[in-house]
Amino acid sequence: MPIMRNYAGRLLPQCIALVIIVIAISIVFPGFLNLQIQNGRLYGSLIDILNRGAPVVLLAIGMTVVIATKGIDLSVGAVMAICGAVAASLITSGHSLAETLLATLAIGILCGIWNGVLVAFLDIQPIIATLVLMVAGRGIAQLITEGTILTFNEPGLIFIGSGSFIGLPMPIVIWLVFGLLVAVLVRRTALGMLIEAIGINRQASTLSGVLTPVLLVAAYVLSGLCAAIAGIIAAADIRGADANNAGLWLELDAILAVVVGGTSLLGGRFSIAASVLGAIIIQAINTGILLSGFPPEFNLIIKAAIIIFILVLQSPRFRTAFSFLSIPGAAGKPTEREAK
Amino acid sequence: MKQKYLPLTATILIFVLSYALCAAQYPNILSTRVIGNLLTDNAFLGIAAVGMTFVILSGGIDLSIGAVIAFAGVFLAVVLEHGSMHPLVAFALLLTITTLFGALMGAIIHYLEMPAFIVTLAGMFLARGMAFVLSIDSIPIKHPFYGTLKSLYYKLPGGGRITLIGGLMLLVFAIGILIAHRTRFGTNIYALGGGTATAKLMGVPVAATTVRIYALSGLLAGLSGIVFSLYTSAGYSLAAVGVELDAITAVVIGGTLLTGGSGFVAGTLVGILIQGLIQTYITFDGTLSSWWTKILIGLLLFAFILLQKGIIHLSRPERQRA
Repeated sequence: MPIMRNYAGRLLPQCIALVIIVIAISIVFPGFLNLQIQNGRLYGSLIDILNRGAPVVLLAIGMTVVIATKGIDLSVGAVMAICGAVAASLITSGHSLAETLLATLAIGILCGIWNGVLVAFLDIQPIIATLVLMVAGRGIAQLITEGTILTFNEPGLIFIGSGSFIGLPMPIVIWLVFGLLVAVLVRRTALGMLIEAIGINRQASTLSGVLTPVLLVAAYVLSGLCAAIAGIIAAADIRGADANNAGLWLELDAILAVVVGGTSLLGGRFSIAASVLGAIIIQAINTGILLSGFPPEFNLIIKAAIIIFILVLQSPRFRTAFSFLSIPGAAGKPTEREAK
Repeated sequence: MKQKYLPLTATILIFVLSYALCAAQYPNILSTRVIGNLLTDNAFLGIAAVGMTFVILSGGIDLSIGAVIAFAGVFLAVVLEHGSMHPLVAFALLLTITTLFGALMGAIIHYLEMPAFIVTLAGMFLARGMAFVLSIDSIPIKHPFYGTLKSLYYKLPGGGRITLIGGLMLLVFAIGILIAHRTRFGTNIYALGGGTATAKLMGVPVAATTVRIYALSGLLAGLSGIVFSLYTSAGYSLAAVGVELDAITAVVIGGTLLTGGSGFVAGTLVGILIQGLIQTYITFDGTLSSWWTKILIGLLLFAFILLQKGIIHLSRPERQRA
């Protein structure tokens, strides 16, 4: 099946990277690959990586779609803080779990609409448009929690952060299901292709009849929704909403995950599966550094080295210089990202 | 009035109006002490924002400055407390490192044709990572020379003080204005912001200009780090988180177009002062919580983006006629 082969080829570099990292960690830390079942739930470092990585994976799913439209969403960390604060304050003021979750998701969607309208209708550059909410968002979150860390004891909400379903921790189940839903939505319909069209040339897509503004808003809404779910998970995990630290700098991790996944920041072709893998790679590195006894201070430097390495690989100049290695014909269009 | 002065005029008008409103409620806000503190408290942010203004004028962005400030603080603390180097030598060494760091980022942006956003993001991780590696503790700086530098000030009538760092910020702004409007380098930056292709056709040395812009931003971030370490008398690797955002906000509020090519260094100074004024007002008021600063600055940012959009929209028919 050519489609399957395409997928395998697209995800190959990320898969190889992940396997190398996992092997490297398991050499340094022998118990790394152990999995065990206790009280009907899987335990082990591998599961831990998937579990801890949940917020970044979720943010990366939304970020991928936004970046594919040649945009960027800097506000996701702040939206996480807002949504965590909303969830905590609603649940502590006696609302039911369903009401709380629905209202929180609605707030995330609202934040997405705000960003989307700024980008699509007011035609503001995405970096700047989302910067507004990034700056103001944390203030709004602090306004909701009134500057304190709001804690809660509602078992239903806590279950989302630390419960388990068919042996897997809830955060993993959530991002798996949500990621599959989004991937099916964009890839089994024409949506994904239209989004790529906007990212490659917004004006041309508008002229050829694509509903550009609506799709742009939808992309940012998806990102807001992802941030809302990530915010709920982060709050449920620590059983409280911390307006100052929830989701702090996660927008950068999410962008990094998308870049590691091979989606170009210049818009166009995207792969949600690759971004999810990218997020897991980042989390594996984080966990690996902690497990292998390296000082965590090196974490940032290693991240920087990875970005620079990928940048060099993605660079149009580099591609042209080494075009004899890639598929014939790709050299003529050095900005074509999907040569690999 | 020329269209290009409109955002700057609006910024100055908002600053004067809000200062008048604050003064009507709290007359003490007019005292030279408050004005002196306004300069001192925002000195490090102002110096970094001058570098950011140049970067944004050229159509780029520099996310690394907060991390460079933190690195500078930790570097100075480690070198001064564990070595026998004179602070002035350490300053020179630090400024060389940060300038080279900026130049390297500029070179990567130009030669690898990568977005400035992601390159400087890597720079941010790298600089903060280096700060972490040097030390994860907050190290106090007790060098006697620091005491000497901190005790230098110019006394204003009314008891206010323009401290060394406050004065340094004003000096950096003055030099920045000269560079932007009276040198070939400045003209090249504006040309680059107008569009790389057109700049190249006009004979602007794009590679050298890009590298120099980011080197200048690195130099000023390093200088800002020195000022920050003087201000706090300590080096801490988690300090100055998010300063790049404050600087970008100040540049936008100051009326510089984020797409590059249009704006003024002087506007950034007013942008810094507006942010400082909001904080001062909240301190004076005492009942408002600190998070209102963020919300107000976010709203102000939004208002200025809309204003810029409006101006561009208004100026479009004119361009077509011409």
